[in-house]
Amino acid sequence: MGVRLEGTLARGGFRAELAVEVGDGEVLGVLGPNGAGKSTLLRTMAGLLPLAVGSLRLGDRVLDDPARGTFRQPEERPVGLVFQDYRLFPHLDVLDNVAFAARCRGLSRRESRSRAAGWLDRLGLADLAERRPHEVSGGQAQRVALARALARDPELLLLDEPLAALDTRTRLEVRTELRRHLADFAGPTVLVTHDPLEAMVMTDRLLVLEGGRVVQDAAPAEVARRPATPFVARLVGLNLYAGELERGTSTVRLDDGGTLVASTEAGTAGRVLVGLRPSAITLHATRPDRASTRNAWPGTVTGLELLGDRVRVQVGGAPPALVDVTPGAVAELGIEPGMPVWLTAKATETDAYPDVVTLPT
Amino acid sequence: MTGAVPAGPGTRPEVRPRIRRRTPWPLAAPTVLGLALLVLPLVALLVRSPWRTLPHVLAQSTVLDALRLSLVCATIATGLALVLGVPLAWVLARSEARGVRLLRSVVTLPLVLPPVVGGVALLFAFGRTGIVGRWLDDWLGVTIPFTTAAVVLAETFVAMPFLVITVEGAFRTADQGYDEAAATLGASRLTVFRRVTLPLVRPSLGAGAVLCWARALGEFGATITFAGNLPGVTQTMPLAVYLAMQTDPAAATALSLVLLLVSVLVLVGLRDRWLSAGAR
Repeated sequence: MGVRLEGTLARGGFRAELAVEVGDGEVLGVLGPNGAGKSTLLRTMAGLLPLAVGSLRLGDRVLDDPARGTFRQPEERPVGLVFQDYRLFPHLDVLDNVAFAARCRGLSRRESRSRAAGWLDRLGLADLAERRPHEVSGGQAQRVALARALARDPELLLLDEPLAALDTRTRLEVRTELRRHLADFAGPTVLVTHDPLEAMVMTDRLLVLEGGRVVQDAAPAEVARRPATPFVARLVGLNLYAGELERGTSTVRLDDGGTLVASTEAGTAGRVLVGLRPSAITLHATRPDRASTRNAWPGTVTGLELLGDRVRVQVGGAPPALVDVTPGAVAELGIEPGMPVWLTAKATETDAYPDVVTLPT
Repeated sequence: MTGAVPAGPGTRPEVRPRIRRRTPWPLAAPTVLGLALLVLPLVALLVRSPWRTLPHVLAQSTVLDALRLSLVCATIATGLALVLGVPLAWVLARSEARGVRLLRSVVTLPLVLPPVVGGVALLFAFGRTGIVGRWLDDWLGVTIPFTTAAVVLAETFVAMPFLVITVEGAFRTADQGYDEAAATLGASRLTVFRRVTLPLVRPSLGAGAVLCWARALGEFGATITFAGNLPGVTQTMPLAVYLAMQTDPAAATALSLVLLLVSVLVLVGLRDRWLSAGAR
């Protein structure tokens, strides 16, 4: 059961080679930079774009299979899609927007409206029934769009950056609520996002897309801990280095210069990625005592940024690193751009894992 | 600051300081002349109207017949243009088939074609010996030229393109994202058209229909060529005005006044809702 897509997606000159499977009740997050193919994936699943090659199945039904000449039109697919810009019909009030799917199925106006009213109740929108879309707030419009998609009784739910159009405060509120509704949904859900927090909090599994390829497919915690590409590492705020593990040792020779002694799982060899949390690195004004840590290297401070109660220090060197320190440490050490420093990191905090992705550069 | 009472909205009319700048004469002079050209004839019409005999002239049966015929024919022509033209506009706007661009030029041709030529062309098509008219005559015993049906046909031919290009533009600029959203909610293409696309372009539909109706009402060239000038059957207001000018200028003025009044009513109707919304 669930949804299964395997094949080539094409949109204009863009092509993506993907294999995606989402089980019933599972929420798959799709994370990736702009142009990675996230929206193309959703549009293909919804039937707004045909597959170039391959097949798309929902349950035991084939929705799209160009080789067999099968293509179900979007209106023939039991798929609910929540667009990023919601696309609520401006000429209909909230109730009739949510009643739209039932009307299309041939139910009477009365019956459709009474069902729609049920959905509005469930999503706490009953008071807005008679408002037009331009008369509701962004967070409310998001919920109306969700209600409208759910009112179709979809077997597959697709959400395209559902919170991107909201301001930060509303986003927090809606996120919690949306998560609850997604948990209630019995079928597979695909949620496209570029917000790492959204991806971590709302999904069961993360698919990282880059340049039309799946570069990582893992649990959110795993993606955060061991990102497969610099893009994801940047999103989750991790220092990530690619390099070669020297045979028989735990020393990694980094591609961009420098070496790190890392902890590895048994059997790891060859190309590796090394993840290092900014808070696991310590800054020193002078060369530290060599005995205490395995990794120590010199660098130069290139920038400072205040992040809540921490200061993120950018340090150039081999390798360069982001380091989180307390404001007190900044004052104590007198850290400022241009200052030479020493960095240390414990080998136990330095995690090396196999590099399975080789991105074309 | 003793008297600093914050002036809320509405407490004092907002005075916006303005710098008066003269319009340069190379722009001002043509403006005045142009306006005069447009307004003077209408003023002259009002000044020279036989106001005293007006009720008498308008009560004549030929005038009433012409007026009724004009209104009825223009309305039927507009209805026909809506039924045929809106689907046509949709196809022109949304179809990806080859030849659609050529089709669009064909549709807009009557806009630039002298109406008299349109009338002649209609005769060759639907006249008793025309390429279609011949069969209509032989098989069904239907003759179109010089009947009221011919008036409607001539008016539709000339006026429908106004509706088609207005509505086609609206279809083309309408956000197709809504069509996609409707499709993902289970709406077939026809349902999308009926429930989403059409309601979204309603302002342009209204504007197009009014333009079409006004153009049909004023139709002269194609009508007189294809339908003739039979009082009570094909003699519409513009034809009546022209005929009256030959014999009774006072009656012609009176008839013109009526048409002017109708035009003004159309403008008023268009002004707020349709023109502004349709231009968006």
